[in-house]
Amino acid sequence: MKTLIECKKGCKAKVLKLNAPKELKQRLISFGVMKEATVEVLEHAPRKSTIEVKVGKMRIALRAEEAELIEVEEI
Amino acid sequence: MSEVETKKCPVIANHIKVALVGQPNVGKSMLINSVSNAHLHVGNFSGVTVDKTEVLFDYKGYHFTVVDLPGTYAFTDYTIEERVTHSYLCAESYDLIINVVDSTNLEKNLQLTSELMSMSKDIVIALNMDDEAKKEGIFIDASYMSELLGIPCIKVSAATKSGIDNLIEAIVTQYEAPKQESKLIFSEAVEEEIAQIVSYLEKHKYKAKNSYRHVAINLLKNNKKTYEKIHDDPIWTELQPILIEASKHIELHHDSDDIKEAFAEEYASFNRGIIAEVLKQEVVEEKKTLTEKIDSVLIHPLFGIPIFLFFMWSLFQLTFELGAIPMDYIDAFFGWFGDTIGAVISNDDMRSLVVDGIIGGVGAVVLFVPNIIILFIGIALLESTGYMSRVAFLLDGFFHKFGLHGQSFIPLVTGFGCSIPAYMSARILKNDRDRLLTLFIIGFMSCGARLPVYVLFSGAFFSPEMAGNILFAIYISGAMLGLIAAKILKLTAFKGADEPFVMEMPKYRLPSAKLIWHTVLTKTMMYLKKAGTFIAAAAMLVWFLSNYPHNIELQNEYNTKIEKAVSESDKITLENSLNSKLLEQSYLGRIGKFSEPIFAPLGLDWKMSVALQAGLAAKEVVVSTLGVLYSLGSDVDEQNSSLSTIISKNIPFASAVAFIVVIMIYLPCLAASVVFTREAGGIKYFFYLLAFTSVTAYSLAFIAYNVTKMISG
Ligand SMILES: Nc1nc2c(ncn2[C@@H]2O[C@H](COP(=O)(O)OP(=O)(O)OP(=O)(O)O)[C@@H](O)[C@H]2O)c(=O)[nH]1
Ligand SMILES: [Mg+2]
Repeated sequence: MKTLIECKKGCKAKVLKLNAPKELKQRLISFGVMKEATVEVLEHAPRKSTIEVKVGKMRIALRAEEAELIEVEEI
Repeated sequence: MSEVETKKCPVIANHIKVALVGQPNVGKSMLINSVSNAHLHVGNFSGVTVDKTEVLFDYKGYHFTVVDLPGTYAFTDYTIEERVTHSYLCAESYDLIINVVDSTNLEKNLQLTSELMSMSKDIVIALNMDDEAKKEGIFIDASYMSELLGIPCIKVSAATKSGIDNLIEAIVTQYEAPKQESKLIFSEAVEEEIAQIVSYLEKHKYKAKNSYRHVAINLLKNNKKTYEKIHDDPIWTELQPILIEASKHIELHHDSDDIKEAFAEEYASFNRGIIAEVLKQEVVEEKKTLTEKIDSVLIHPLFGIPIFLFFMWSLFQLTFELGAIPMDYIDAFFGWFGDTIGAVISNDDMRSLVVDGIIGGVGAVVLFVPNIIILFIGIALLESTGYMSRVAFLLDGFFHKFGLHGQSFIPLVTGFGCSIPAYMSARILKNDRDRLLTLFIIGFMSCGARLPVYVLFSGAFFSPEMAGNILFAIYISGAMLGLIAAKILKLTAFKGADEPFVMEMPKYRLPSAKLIWHTVLTKTMMYLKKAGTFIAAAAMLVWFLSNYPHNIELQNEYNTKIEKAVSESDKITLENSLNSKLLEQSYLGRIGKFSEPIFAPLGLDWKMSVALQAGLAAKEVVVSTLGVLYSLGSDVDEQNSSLSTIISKNIPFASAVAFIVVIMIYLPCLAASVVFTREAGGIKYFFYLLAFTSVTAYSLAFIAYNVTKMISG
């Protein structure tokens, strides 16, 4: 089982499951991070504390703690 | 009688109240600006608008009231600003919703649209950013989309003002047409459950304002209001198990235990269907968009932060260097103006009031307009290009160490302009603890009104080449102190778990010169207006307090001495000592002398302590008070030299440092304190802030004074 934080810069992955608490989950969903969605890791901040990912046409910033809650499968 | 009625009637009938709803950063505020002559704040990041604003305008015989609401990603109460929107939509009365969507990102935007469609309100969709969509080769078949959704969809561009007429016409038509049932279609599994509930409601002839389908969908979605209503109905006991069963089926179908997630997925697949029908991407997307290319430099893990610091440094260099050019002219102008006016007024007291009090005080504040403009341009660029969110991204890791949320950066940066909008924009922070913490340290980000003090003092004590660096150092150390204060507060007062950080990164946009011009102009006019009203009044008050009571005895005593004096230099010495004696025995002088012991350990004389106290009303008053006090009490031969020269001659360096430290930290102005108290949610927070800032300011100024004195000998 892999999570988004383990993905390297430039890798694309399919979202399998969101393990986030309810509110955060809803926020992620409204950003388009939901099951079956494809995400791409664009950039890491120093020490991977924050990452920038692309979902659809949108770029979002996530902290490592949040990225860990997103189960993915690399494609 | 009937004539009056027919005249009156259309006026009422022609009034349309529209609520503007959409996701953040889709151009809602800009759209209002383009149809009316409003100048709502526009910026390229999520969460520019944090409160509702009503704008009125007439268009082709109709009166419109448009309500600009904060952007919201979905119908949740995630942050305060989203709560504002949600409660407005549910509780207030309005005729119609304009759903503004970003044409270049339909898929995400339609998620909110789907939720709006279940509200049984008239909707018009504004497909905004049509200009950008065209550039990106995106073509949307708006009329087919209108047909599929059962909602008029109009292409517009707030930036180029195209399609505005069509949009307004569509609003009027929609307003006058009968309401239509939404055409939202769900997956078979959900439709089956809906049908079952609908038939149950039909069987029992449940009385509802909206259609049964509508009620059924809302029940399945766990809509509170619908629930409350049906809860009191006798059919509830029978309906409840049916609903529970239905929800279970849907959740099973979506392999989720969250009905909201299930519905989001339903909406998403419906929207994908719509997009597949109406959207054509003519140009194949490049592998890397321009935004991604710029990002690979600006948020580079190594170079990102140095680049940001370089930008900041350049801004303060410019503020000082460029700002200094027109300053001499402004200074000369006020000098000339004062002399000219002074020559006309024969009464001594009147002349002093007008020339020293009003012109001197206001002039001292207006002098810094060029610096303020440059600072405002810098902030406007940061806000409108999209760089703001990048810096929040870069600094999140760093901020996190100090217990702050990355998004705190946005209110903090706003704080460099003015604390009031900064306190408001802290609403974008979800968690109350994070928000309070941010509110407490916004004051450490020196606002534009403090800039004049810094420019004045760094200009007085440093060479022009150094002054820009000093300015930069003052701002950076203020921000650093803020971070340290945040850490201390986080460890003591605002303990708690960290909140998640998820933030949209908008695409880079080249702001139009017009947009920057308007943003800067609005803020500058506000500054000038304040100088002309509030500051002028304060300067008059300071003048009065520093000139009265008249001490005739003292004056007479000195006048005879002066007459007797032989040499010219003796005369001047006597006059100088008369001036300062007079000032000391004035009301203000007494106040100053009274509070002097408190400020003496910081090396501040009574004039400086009076200026600091006056600064509690507004920070601009600090400079105007210094202007009045030092021009009244200053040596005669200095009457014509600039305030900056007078200061460098009369104030020891160590005292100046302590003075700046206090300015950096102590309580924001009166207006900002009021807003702080409101946003924090109670007067007790104001007293916390007062205690916190006073203690910090006093102790740090004390340290700074003594250290500087030791170093400089
Ligand atoms: N090219 C282009 N840019 C636009 C258009 N409309 C808005 N923008 C830009 O989009 C950004 C967001 O505009 P705002 O009006 O602040 O957006 P908003 O929806 O009010 O945002 P919030 O208040 O945060 O919800 C700004 O940078 C605008 O310049 C448009 O039609 N075309
Ligand atoms: Mg707005």
